[in-house]
Amino acid sequence: MLNNQGRQTDVGTASQQTSNNFTTHSGNRGLEQDELLIYEIGDTKRTGVDLEEVWDFEPRLGGVTRDNEIGLAGLTEPETMRHYTRLSRKNYAIDMGLYPLGSCTMKHNPRLNEKVARLPGLGDIHPLQPISTVQGALEVMDNLAHWLKTLTGMPAVAMSPKAGAHGELCGLMAIRAALDKRGENRSIILAPESAHGTNPATATLCGYKVKSIPANKQGRVDLDALKSALTPDVAAIMLTNPNTCGLFERDIIEIAKAVHSIGGYFYCDGANFNAIVGKVRPGDLGVDAMHINLHKTFSTPHGGGGPGAGPVVLSKALEPFAPVPYVIHGDHGFELVEHISDKGDSKDSFGRMTAFHGQMGMNIRALAFMMSHGADGLARVAEDSVLNANYILASLKDVMTASFEGPCMHECLFDDRFLHGTGVATLDFAKAMIDEGYHPMTMYFPLVVHGAMLIEPTESESKQSVDQFIGSLRHLVTEAKAGNKELFSGAPYLAPLRRLDETLAARSPILRWSKPENE
Amino acid sequence: MRYLPLSQSDRHEMLATIGVSHINDLFKDVPKSALLKEPVDLPNHKSEMEVDREMRALAGKNIPAGSVPFFCGAGAYRHYVPSTVDHLIQRGEFLTAYTPYQPEISQGTLQALYEFQSQVAQITGMEVSNASMYDGSTACGEAVLMARRVSRKKKAILSGSLHPQYIEVVKTVTKFTDDVAVFNPVDTYAVDDLIAQIDDETSCVVVQNPDFFGNIQDFSKLAEALHEKNALLIVVVTEIVSLGAVRSPGSMGADIVVGEGQSIGNGLSFGGPYVGLFATRQKYVRTMPGRVCGQTVDADGKRGFVLTLSTREQHIRREKATSNICTNAGLCTLAFTIHMTLLGEKGFRHLAHLNHAKAVMLADKLSHIKGVKVLNKSFFNEFTISLPIDAAYAIEKMAEAKILGGVPLSRLYPDHENLKNQMLVAVTETVTEADMDLFVSELKEWVKC
Ligand SMILES: Cc1ncc(COP(=O)(O)O)c(C=O)c1O
Repeated sequence: MLNNQGRQTDVGTASQQTSNNFTTHSGNRGLEQDELLIYEIGDTKRTGVDLEEVWDFEPRLGGVTRDNEIGLAGLTEPETMRHYTRLSRKNYAIDMGLYPLGSCTMKHNPRLNEKVARLPGLGDIHPLQPISTVQGALEVMDNLAHWLKTLTGMPAVAMSPKAGAHGELCGLMAIRAALDKRGENRSIILAPESAHGTNPATATLCGYKVKSIPANKQGRVDLDALKSALTPDVAAIMLTNPNTCGLFERDIIEIAKAVHSIGGYFYCDGANFNAIVGKVRPGDLGVDAMHINLHKTFSTPHGGGGPGAGPVVLSKALEPFAPVPYVIHGDHGFELVEHISDKGDSKDSFGRMTAFHGQMGMNIRALAFMMSHGADGLARVAEDSVLNANYILASLKDVMTASFEGPCMHECLFDDRFLHGTGVATLDFAKAMIDEGYHPMTMYFPLVVHGAMLIEPTESESKQSVDQFIGSLRHLVTEAKAGNKELFSGAPYLAPLRRLDETLAARSPILRWSKPENE
Repeated sequence: MRYLPLSQSDRHEMLATIGVSHINDLFKDVPKSALLKEPVDLPNHKSEMEVDREMRALAGKNIPAGSVPFFCGAGAYRHYVPSTVDHLIQRGEFLTAYTPYQPEISQGTLQALYEFQSQVAQITGMEVSNASMYDGSTACGEAVLMARRVSRKKKAILSGSLHPQYIEVVKTVTKFTDDVAVFNPVDTYAVDDLIAQIDDETSCVVVQNPDFFGNIQDFSKLAEALHEKNALLIVVVTEIVSLGAVRSPGSMGADIVVGEGQSIGNGLSFGGPYVGLFATRQKYVRTMPGRVCGQTVDADGKRGFVLTLSTREQHIRREKATSNICTNAGLCTLAFTIHMTLLGEKGFRHLAHLNHAKAVMLADKLSHIKGVKVLNKSFFNEFTISLPIDAAYAIEKMAEAKILGGVPLSRLYPDHENLKNQMLVAVTETVTEADMDLFVSELKEWVKC
């Protein structure tokens, strides 16, 4: 509708007013709307569903019937739509802008993947339907397995792990089962100081002790230190490659040989596979097991924290120990091996990691992504992600302090030396990026440099987008160096909320809504 | 390639800025022998339309649950998910966000998580919930490990009527630690046996309610016996809708409740991704695995939410963390909480009541077939029947007639000859009386011969 005079409006006297410190009765700020909890909007009487009436019948619940009110708040459908739409607008997302979160590979999530995962023939099938009625689903798993094995140059893959960390557990359990079979009781996992937290946590879950190996001045594993740590008690080395500093481990083949020479295994954390997909096959580097985060390299959405999927490729030596279930080609099509039996290939399997067959919904999305890119396009993914990261490194290294000599792989690492004397810490610098319209980079990880800032642009960014990002960072560096401390210490100013009190949250945890006392 | 914005001239310009002439100069740290000279042996790129077509062809080889009378359960249930749920979780702001580590620009995800935790705590009758685990089975494994941390004892006793694949998962996660898992024979009514096994070494007993075969029990007595020995009761709920009609585990004295939340908001998806629910007592929260969201205030004093108590987690505690979990079930929890909000108290109770009513209806119809027996004394929306013939065979034959009639126990217990003729039958609100009648008449044919 036009205004009531049917004429165009101009800015009128608005240009003479300022918008600072403008308050409203509602607390909303235009399109930025406050939103209450469902418990403060709805009540136990309201509902957004219509269900058929229930007839009279004799319940058979064994007398264990719920007789108290649960207290669930309901909303009608329009209220529900509005509640979650309003909430959604308080999130940053890849769809809104560059998301330079190092180690997390926040790339574009194609909607074709969402569409095909929801086809009734793929999304609406039960994990325990007769095998004859799910041949297409098993074919999807088999196709994806083929792509993963070919891209990594590995002979086998375990498809059931539910995320990267679950994949790590799968890999280490296969290693431990292999050592048990050899009658060896080794107790140590070597991992570099720069390892992701899940690596040591997984090693503990698998009954191992973690021994840390130092990095050299080039940000890579110190080969001599590694060799001297390789005692007969070492079960495996857990190494991320490209590593968490964004660097390719130059000595990787030698590292693998050294570990193998003492009878240990090489677990590779494949979280950073995006940098080398289609360009390098981990199987050619001597890797025995590696998880692949489908939610990173193969674009399945991060969804605000999950779900993911973490299939694990395995070497010939570890293949017999893979978990159930797995797909095989049988006489009447695809079959699923769901049980360990003394006869057959599954006899050495270390067990089952999850009910059912893993993250099928993620498998479909990842396969659609791979098919879309193809062998040619996937190599381009690696190249463009590496190119974007190096371009950022080259464009910022005169004003920010790069931690290591380049080139980097798909992410570039800076530390806080460039902020010395400015009174601005890595955290403040990162929060100021929010006001510039960006999600901060990964901060304070890896632990091997001071005040780490790890930037991963991914291949999804255009040059224009990367240039704008570089412009914002250069501007922030200039402001920090000019002593404009408030720009950082108070940041963010323009987000839905200002900085939150995390100390308070941890000291007196309030982890759920409860009915106010006075009601 | 439609997903790659860099043009050839952009690439040249950027290489020049970097100061190298060829993209492979950036891969110079890769050992020469390992850098591939040509593309891997896989098909080249395809258009959106081609991929869509190939995926449809694969989908066409399966029988979708919604296209036939459908009665499968055994830990995964087909419920009707309102259209609103799937629309909202596909909003890019939810779908394409990372874990909410930057709370100022993640309040949408965080507030939804806080509401999710509140709902899970309420329906399980517990004080606190975390922000999800991968699924029910892995949550069950985590609960056993947590009971050990809380009790400082190593022996976990597992009921024989716990979902057999959940038992397998516990077996796996305790395999390489010094935890001891004690397994029991398949027997629903062996609570006294479980109680008799509790000793000073016992960390916990794990039971399921309704159990794998559909039976419902009150575990208060078991809880008491455990608490006397400073051990924990872990109750697993694989059909979370049951809690709209059945007494909550919290009210029976459970210390940890784990659940499969798939039934609410999430489709079958051939077994995953699902959503693991994990709830416990306030006093145990610092030993709980997984992320948790809490309330706080911002610099202006406004209410807000953050991920909290992270000193339990791998990114802070590394080898001393309570779990290695990082990525969890994020978007599936969002689907759960949106569906639960649409239901509310009224809808959730109604849904549970309707499921039970339909299950009772089908149980009565089936028990009229000669040779078919309903084995349960009690059940919610799933029960076990025995046939005069091999149940897997009957189910296969019914599938040929386009009826997905349930799950044969032999699929999960291949070594139990005595369960060969038994099957699980699940009935949700999606089943019509016409579906039931088709199922009954088809089954009649097969048990006759
Ligand atoms: C280097 C590295 N390893 C492992 C993981 C764990 O993967 P996930 O979150 O899928 O469990 C991550 C994810 O953040 C990572 O960055």
